[in-house]
Amino acid sequence: MGSVTATVAPPTGAHVTPWFRTFGAIAAAGFRRHATYRQAAVAGLFTNTVFGFLRCYIFLAATGAAGTVAGYDRAQLATFVWAGQGLLAVIAIWGWTDLADRIRTGEVAADLLRPVHPVTSYLATDLGRAGFAALARLVPPLVIGPFFFAVYVPRHWATVPLFLLSVLLAVVVCFGCRYLVNATAYWLQDVRGPMILWTLGSGVLAGLYFPLGFLPGPLETVLRYATPFPSILQVPLDVLVEREPMSTGLALVGVQAAWVVALLALCRLVQRRAERRLVVQGG
Amino acid sequence: MSVIEMDGLRKEFTVRVRAGRLRREKRTVTAVDGVDLRVERGEMLGYIGPNGAGKSTTLKMLTGVLTPSSGRARVCGLRPVADRTRLALRIGVVFGQRSQLWWDLPLRDSFDLLRHVYRVPAGEHAARLARCRDLLDLDGFLDTPVRQLSLGQRMRGELTAALLHGPEVLFLDEPTIGLDVVSKQAVRGFLAELGRAGDTTLVLTTHDLADIERLCRRLVVIDHGRVVHDGSIAELHRRYGSRRMVVAELDAALPEPPVLPGAPVQRVEADGRRLVFALERASVAEVVAGLAGLATLRDISIVEPDIEEVVARLYRAPAAVTGAP
Repeated sequence: MGSVTATVAPPTGAHVTPWFRTFGAIAAAGFRRHATYRQAAVAGLFTNTVFGFLRCYIFLAATGAAGTVAGYDRAQLATFVWAGQGLLAVIAIWGWTDLADRIRTGEVAADLLRPVHPVTSYLATDLGRAGFAALARLVPPLVIGPFFFAVYVPRHWATVPLFLLSVLLAVVVCFGCRYLVNATAYWLQDVRGPMILWTLGSGVLAGLYFPLGFLPGPLETVLRYATPFPSILQVPLDVLVEREPMSTGLALVGVQAAWVVALLALCRLVQRRAERRLVVQGG
Repeated sequence: MSVIEMDGLRKEFTVRVRAGRLRREKRTVTAVDGVDLRVERGEMLGYIGPNGAGKSTTLKMLTGVLTPSSGRARVCGLRPVADRTRLALRIGVVFGQRSQLWWDLPLRDSFDLLRHVYRVPAGEHAARLARCRDLLDLDGFLDTPVRQLSLGQRMRGELTAALLHGPEVLFLDEPTIGLDVVSKQAVRGFLAELGRAGDTTLVLTTHDLADIERLCRRLVVIDHGRVVHDGSIAELHRRYGSRRMVVAELDAALPEPPVLPGAPVQRVEADGRRLVFALERASVAEVVAGLAGLATLRDISIVEPDIEEVVARLYRAPAAVTGAP
């Protein structure tokens, strides 16, 4: 090699534009990487659709003669289900073990050898992945649902941008939780235990198995504000179906943003702790 | 200032071993046991040792992915663990046993992503990539996803990926492991070229001693976490008494092996028609002259000392015998 002296800028806060460029490039690569697996996207879409019908019929049955339950009417419930089915892949609530696998095999060493913080680089990749999922997995259920069910269309113009912002925040909150669950591999090697807890906990508490409004009022309030789970799924869906007045919707998105900050800070803290005691597996 | 400095570098791991049906005992294993080493800019250092000797652990500490238990390490004047992200811009690392490329992206996209990750100006990136494409013959598989590359192709990709940001130090952990002869030659040729340019410091761990012979003037042997040899390959031979051999093919076997001063017979083969002498004090000419008076010589050949044999002797020797250099 001829000239091999590094002339690259250090990644400090003074270089905000290059930082975004790097972040954007990693996110774009995340998009491309996931766009490779088109058959998996089709298979996932099929499963989402089947379960969409199943969940929709069950929830609609819960409305009974009154036609409403827990503050949702039938059309709102249909939207809640079909948008929720689409969001599952966007937030990637289950099945993400990339970090844990790389810790177990020692491949994580390659992540640590990059000039980008691992949390930043995994987040950028995840946002790229979510971008692909939004096109391939969120749009189709939103199109399929209205063919078979009367769905709720937002009345207020601000709902759609607020929903999109809420989805973005939901992806980051979910990423933070998944990163923490995966990071237990630094201590445990095998993450099956924490993963089972996460799968069960997130399904119940995020509003996937049933809208949290089905729970007693005080319990729902505690879950909403004191745990990150509703911020993963319930909040964007409630925003979309306008279950609450706009001001409450804004407040809930604010709670999501607070969880984003808290979880990303916690991820960095855990990562730092882990690196201190890290044993890179293999020769 | 040396580009790599290690003072009393040490790494201990705690392992739990079974000590009964339910009981587990904690045991401390010392992987690296007080290594002191200086590597100067532009040096090509071979860092070898048997499995479990502490080679990879040392490399992981120098690259900042593993925190030392004690001791001090500096690479390019930086503290590897504390300044890891800054150091990452100045070093390149290739692990033969694991990939740094993105599994599902074509090589070309991986390289482009690295340009952004390391924030390399487009012109510099293009120039370095062009050079690697030329020397490592990458063009045939630049658009193939990494998961579909053969091991040899992937390793050429890994080398390129490690060099695109123009590192000052290149750490190579078994870069030729599992490669066929042709790929090995390609990798060695490339590294030799890199070494000739003289501005990249190279630290190479390997089990293939031909890599070392071809590339490194300086050889550090580590065993049980300690440095047992630091010097040239010739010094290693001298120290461990490896000798050149003279193989003499005779027309007919002698009734008994001849005694030549300074060149004892090591082996008698082919029913006594092939004799192998070790050159201790005698020269080749003296052995030939001595033999010519005793028998009819059909052929004579000289065998250079085998580094593998020396190193095998070194690995087999108990740590106490080899001691510190």
